[in-house]
Amino acid sequence: MAGSWERLDGRQTYDYRNIRISFGADYGCCVVELGKTRVLGQVSCELVSPKLSRATEGILFFNLELSQMAAPAFEPGRQSDLLVKLNRLLERCLRNSKCIDTESLCVVAGEKVWQIRVDLHLLNHDGNIIDAASIAAIVALCHFRRPDVSVQGDEITLYALEERDPVPLSIHHMPICISFAFFQQGTYLLVDPSEREERVMDGLLVIAMNKHREICTIQSSGGIMLLQDQVLRCSKIAGVKVAEITELIQKALENDRRVRKEGGKFGFAESIANQRITAFKMEKAPVDTSDVEEKAEEIIAEADPPSEAVSKPVLWTPGTAQIGEGIESSWGDLEEEEEGDDGGSDEVTILDSVKMETEDQNVGNHMGDDTPIVLSDSEEDEIIILEPGENPKKTRVQANSQQGKVSSKKAIRKKKKQPAD
Amino acid sequence: TQDPALRGQSGPGSGPRLARTMLGQVVLPGEELLLPESAGPNAEGSAEQMLRLGSIVRPRARVVCGPGLRRCGDRLLVTKCGRLRHKEPGGGGGGGVYWVDSQQKRYVPVKGDHVIGIVTAKSGDLFKVDVGGSEPASLSYLAFEGATKRNRPNVQVGDLIYGQFVVANKDMEPEMVCIDSNGRANGMGVIGQDGLLFKVTLGLIRKLLAPECEIIQEIGKLYPLEIVFGMNGRIWVKARTIQQTLILANVLEACEHMTTEQRKQIFSRLSES
Repeated sequence: MAGSWERLDGRQTYDYRNIRISFGADYGCCVVELGKTRVLGQVSCELVSPKLSRATEGILFFNLELSQMAAPAFEPGRQSDLLVKLNRLLERCLRNSKCIDTESLCVVAGEKVWQIRVDLHLLNHDGNIIDAASIAAIVALCHFRRPDVSVQGDEITLYALEERDPVPLSIHHMPICISFAFFQQGTYLLVDPSEREERVMDGLLVIAMNKHREICTIQSSGGIMLLQDQVLRCSKIAGVKVAEITELIQKALENDRRVRKEGGKFGFAESIANQRITAFKMEKAPVDTSDVEEKAEEIIAEADPPSEAVSKPVLWTPGTAQIGEGIESSWGDLEEEEEGDDGGSDEVTILDSVKMETEDQNVGNHMGDDTPIVLSDSEEDEIIILEPGENPKKTRVQANSQQGKVSSKKAIRKKKKQPAD
Repeated sequence: TQDPALRGQSGPGSGPRLARTMLGQVVLPGEELLLPESAGPNAEGSAEQMLRLGSIVRPRARVVCGPGLRRCGDRLLVTKCGRLRHKEPGGGGGGGVYWVDSQQKRYVPVKGDHVIGIVTAKSGDLFKVDVGGSEPASLSYLAFEGATKRNRPNVQVGDLIYGQFVVANKDMEPEMVCIDSNGRANGMGVIGQDGLLFKVTLGLIRKLLAPECEIIQEIGKLYPLEIVFGMNGRIWVKARTIQQTLILANVLEACEHMTTEQRKQIFSRLSES
């Protein structure tokens, strides 16, 4: 990247990649795609006894896992450093910021509280795991519904999903992590680093903020020295980005809510975009038929009307008649063959189908079937008329003359003359 | 009772099906496929029978089992999910090749494949080259054209190498060389300076390397460029400016999911600007 500084995917310094949020069929299940980085989040709940030190608060549990399919470097047992770092950051962002009201998770003080468990799985690693994971976590928490509970004296009634509608968690605000990558000792800054940019960066600054511009967590790693105004500038940028992302999240949640209420289809099958692999497809050459009708109409309108069929047949000999004079041969000057004229418009097909190289059968078929062809001595004669006497198959001739079919004669010099049978 | 081979395309889990009827369809690992009986005296009689190994001496067509398939007794067992393909035998006998067109991003070294590797270490007579597999491949310094003990090739750590595998199986460390069997480089060796190396899926590489690939022809008309394809999913591109190189890299990555019309649109827009 010497000289002009460009990002590999064409983004600007402060640009985020496309964020796509899709929800599953269950409440609390979502997939967040930040460019090609994908994180799956799932929230579940359980009734447990509370911690002794916090008897009136529910329990939150966060867990991020790096699946082996995310990157070749992730093998079971080989990812510990990165994993610990990400998990710690996520916990600080979500737990210490008190975004979820844990007091509301209490059912019976000291005895039963809700334990909310957020499981995040990294499905594909293309950089900036922490941002995608924090978005997935907060979206899953906002989407989740826990079963309704009522307490009467000593009795706790846990309603099943069919009896009473599940209740959403009470969430105060939505903290979202924004990552900044620094290069060359803090000279250059990039927001939302991709995997290749992460590999060569000097240091990383993560700011977790909500849309009210409150910083929930801030962490700088990599050992770079950052100036005060750099950090302030980053926090301003983070404020802008968080506002955009929060709006996106709200829209996605609203869409999903609406679809479920209207009874439409929801779930991953609907919301995750279909990406078709075209590498194995044999493509057919597309034929553009969009304006075929207009073109055809134009051609038909501009074409001359077909010539009037002449109705008077001229009888040459018994068995041979001619209707019309025929039009000029439009085949041009053919060296070896001279095509005679067809008679009238009935025999248009013959002109098209009988070519120089076609078998004699074709010609034979049109010329009163298997009649031997007599070539006249005179070369100027274009029309040759068969004498009925030489025709061995009388029946066929009769059929011909009765139908009044024109047996068009062509003076075709054949290379091999096939005798009629 | 009906012969299972005659059932053909019944519902799932109904037993092995004929390989011939499944061509072009998606097969899943664990499915068993039957091979048609080769042209023999019994061919016309009963429709398809299972191949019986070591039975009556009959002219039997030799069917080659390609990637994604494995012989299991007298049937073919599918080991990868994808579309089943078949290729008729070109010249002499044989029953052709059956294989499964599958998609994956992770590369497994195969003997004879030409790949792009990155030199990670230099130890004595050997270079360690990262090819994207589970182990780095070893490359001897004598495996270059014109290399002798005195005349060592100029290869540094971090260089890009285009070579082919001579040893690649699951039991040994893969070994690669940069010369062909005649001792000539034939395009292999160290790849020049600059340019950009990026990764795509293996299926896209196979499509781009197919004979008369439209994408490559169209790209060639856009800008003058140098391009190297490695079967391990790596492509190295170099154009005149960095901007053009980045455009080419992004276009090639996106070709995976683009239809022909979209691709033509993008190329026409690029050639205008």
